[in-house]
Formats: sequence, C-alpha cells, structure tokens
Amino acid sequence: MEVNSIENGIVIDHIRAGLGRKILSYMNIESGDTVALIMNATSKKHARKDIIKIENIREFDLAALAVLDHTATVNVIKQGKIVEKINLDLPEKVVDVLRCKNPRCVTSVEPAIPQIFHLVSPETVEYRCEYCDEIIKP
Amino acid sequence: MLKGKNLIEPLDFTTEELEKLFVLSNKIMDKPLDFSECCKGDILATLFYEPSTRTRFSFETAMLRLGGQVIGFSGENASSAAKGESIADTLKAIGCYADIAVIRHPKEGSALVASKNAGIPVINGGDGGHQHPTQTLTDLLTIKREKGRLANLRVGFCGDLLFGRTVHSLIRALSRYEGIEFILISPEELKVPEFVRNDILRGKDCKYCEVTDMLDVLPQLDILYMTRVQRERFFNEEDYIRLKDSYILDEEKMLLAPKDMIVMHPLPRVNEISVEVDTDPRAKYFVQVKNGMYVRMALIMSLLGKK
Ligand SMILES: [Zn+2]
Repeated sequence: MEVNSIENGIVIDHIRAGLGRKILSYMNIESGDTVALIMNATSKKHARKDIIKIENIREFDLAALAVLDHTATVNVIKQGKIVEKINLDLPEKVVDVLRCKNPRCVTSVEPAIPQIFHLVSPETVEYRCEYCDEIIKP
Repeated sequence: MLKGKNLIEPLDFTTEELEKLFVLSNKIMDKPLDFSECCKGDILATLFYEPSTRTRFSFETAMLRLGGQVIGFSGENASSAAKGESIADTLKAIGCYADIAVIRHPKEGSALVASKNAGIPVINGGDGGHQHPTQTLTDLLTIKREKGRLANLRVGFCGDLLFGRTVHSLIRALSRYEGIEFILISPEELKVPEFVRNDILRGKDCKYCEVTDMLDVLPQLDILYMTRVQRERFFNEEDYIRLKDSYILDEEKMLLAPKDMIVMHPLPRVNEISVEVDTDPRAKYFVQVKNGMYVRMALIMSLLGKK
C-alpha cells in the first residue's frame, strides 16, 4: 500500500502492530494536523508494524508512546529529509495511560480518579501504581 | 513539623520525625493529665468502611483522652453512611465537619484517595492488605521503650511471613536503622515474599537469615515478633498439623530465650502464644496495645499542630 511521504512533520515507525491507534489517541492531535495511521504494514524488523505520519512540526505528547512501545522510532522530517531522530525517554510519571490490574486496588471501585503510575525501573520498563503499589510491565 | 501532614504509609515520616513522635508519646505516658485538654474543640472522624473494633477503639480513646470529640461510622452502617458515594466525595464532606480523619477501607490505596480530597490530615487505619502505618508506629515505640534503642538489634520474626503485612512494614521500617539483623523463622511455604527479600533485605544490604526452626535461634534474639500461622494457608492438613506446634511459643521454649528478650505480637492471637507466656515479664503484646493508644495520641496532636 502506498501512502504519500511527507514534506514536513514526524514519522513514528516500527510501532508494534495493533498499538498505533492507541498511541495516536494519546498524542494530542489537533484539527489542523494531517495524520496517516498505517496499520499492519510489512516490516523487516517485526513481522507486522504500525506507522504514524503527521504533517506538521510541533511538540507532540510522546509520553504514552514511550511507555507503550519504547522501541518505536521517531523521525522529524523537513523538506522531505530526516533531520532528527527523537529518543524516547521513559516518563517518570504517567497519568491515564496505563490501567491498574490489581482487583483489590481502589481504582477498581472509585470512579473519576486518575490512573497514576511511577517509573520504577527503566531497564525492565516497570511502572508502579501510585495507589496500591502494584508493579506492571506495559 | 508534622502539622497538616497525612500518614498513609509507614515511611511517610523520616526517622527524625518518628523520634519526635516517640518523645511526645513518652511525655504523654508520663503525665497523661497534662494533655487531657490538648485537643479540646477538635473533632476526629473515624470512617471504618470495614469493622475493626480494636483499631477504632484505639483511635477514639486517643482522641477522647486529648479532650477532643469523635464522629464516625463503622462496618454495617458504613454503606448507608456513604450511600454509594465515592471516597473522594465523602471525604470532601467530612473535611467540612472534622479537623482530622482516620479511614479504614478494604481497597488498597483508599487512604491515599481520601487524603487527596479531605483538606484535613488523614491517617490510614488500614487499606486492605496494603498498609497499616499506626501498627508500625506502635511496634517501633514498643521496641524503643523496651530496648531503649531502634538500632543494633537482632529481631526474629516468626510464623506467617508471606502474607503478614505487619511483618513486611516493620522490616521495612527497621531497615532504616543501623545494625539491625533479621532472623526470619517460618515454614518453607510461608517465607517472606520475593519483594521483601529483593527490595528491602538485599536492596538495603541488611543482615538476615531464613530458618525453619525457632529453637536454634531463640537464644540469640533481642526481640521475637510472633504472628499467626493460619490453617487455610496450607495446601494440606498434614503439613499444617506437622508444622503448627513448631511455631507455637510456650514457657518451655521461653526457657531458651535470653532474659532480656521481648515477645511482641500484633494481636489478636489464636494459639501461637500459649496463655502461660502472658505472665512472663518478657511478654509485651499487651503493652503494645497501650503503646498503640499513646502513639496515636501523639500522632493526632502532631498532625493538628498541638503543643
Ligand atoms: Zn493500583
């Protein structure tokens, strides 16, 4: 399948297949942004991958991307060329990206409280629920 | 300064803050009448979404002995009191009535949610199997008073070390002091969980050993902290019957213990300490109950900024 390459914007490549839509929903996309989400593209690195292309250069919220799939690559394109590769740093704290799976956690009964997680270990990509201390690997 | 703070987990306070709290607890114990009007005009709300008579009595008597008053709900009437309302909303309202609140709730993290919404100091009175910080304060005060120090102690924990929240919290709290050595006495099936071994014992480089027989280590201990071994924790009845007596403390075993060792237990006990041990001067579990009330008095005063 052909999707036009972009002149100015960012390309997020090598997203684990199936995560593209979720990651896009956290990126704080504005109505002026032209967005392409390519799902289940063939790839050499993975069997299948998702790709996001956004025609616009500005700050995007990449925290969710870093947490959900930190092996994805982010390239900034200007005049059709890659001018910068953005490294994905794992955020220390994420709000409303991950959900606590502990059935005894207060988040399972209390409506309308934010799901807050803190980075425990960047090496193993582990996050801890602020409420019940449950450790999860996103 | 503890004024305006919350107590949600045992490590919310620094060791210096704890020291001040223990000094105040001792002062109150020496002259309780000097403090009998300290919190006059203040109201403590006790919000017990699940019943725990002992914890509630301890908090309520603490406040009454400071001259304050108490409102609250407990157990069966909790659901009607809250009428399906969120913890956040209930605490926002309670914050308008009371000056300080204690919450006990079966869900883990409930006290944190309460503290973020109340606008008044909140004390965690137990959030499910998660944290019970005033029990830890009680244990530390008891050790401090009975042994005269919180450092350089050989502390034995005996019984169910896998599920015992009290044990995990106290190990974590003691690991902040110098020269503590942990002797962990339990059946294979009930050894401390991996997170205690990795994060606390190895992570903080504590001296520790794990044994299955109490008799071997009893003569070396400064403190023996007993917990209950519950039948339902075992896969089969034979294992339980085979093991249960080795984790019961009686006067015969106490003969092996040092003269100045103390025996602690978070209570209630079932049969893990025989009643005959109660009259042994080394038995401190009922002293713990008393210390618990005084440390809660000191806690309420400190959070309310009373002198
Ligand atoms: Zn949780």
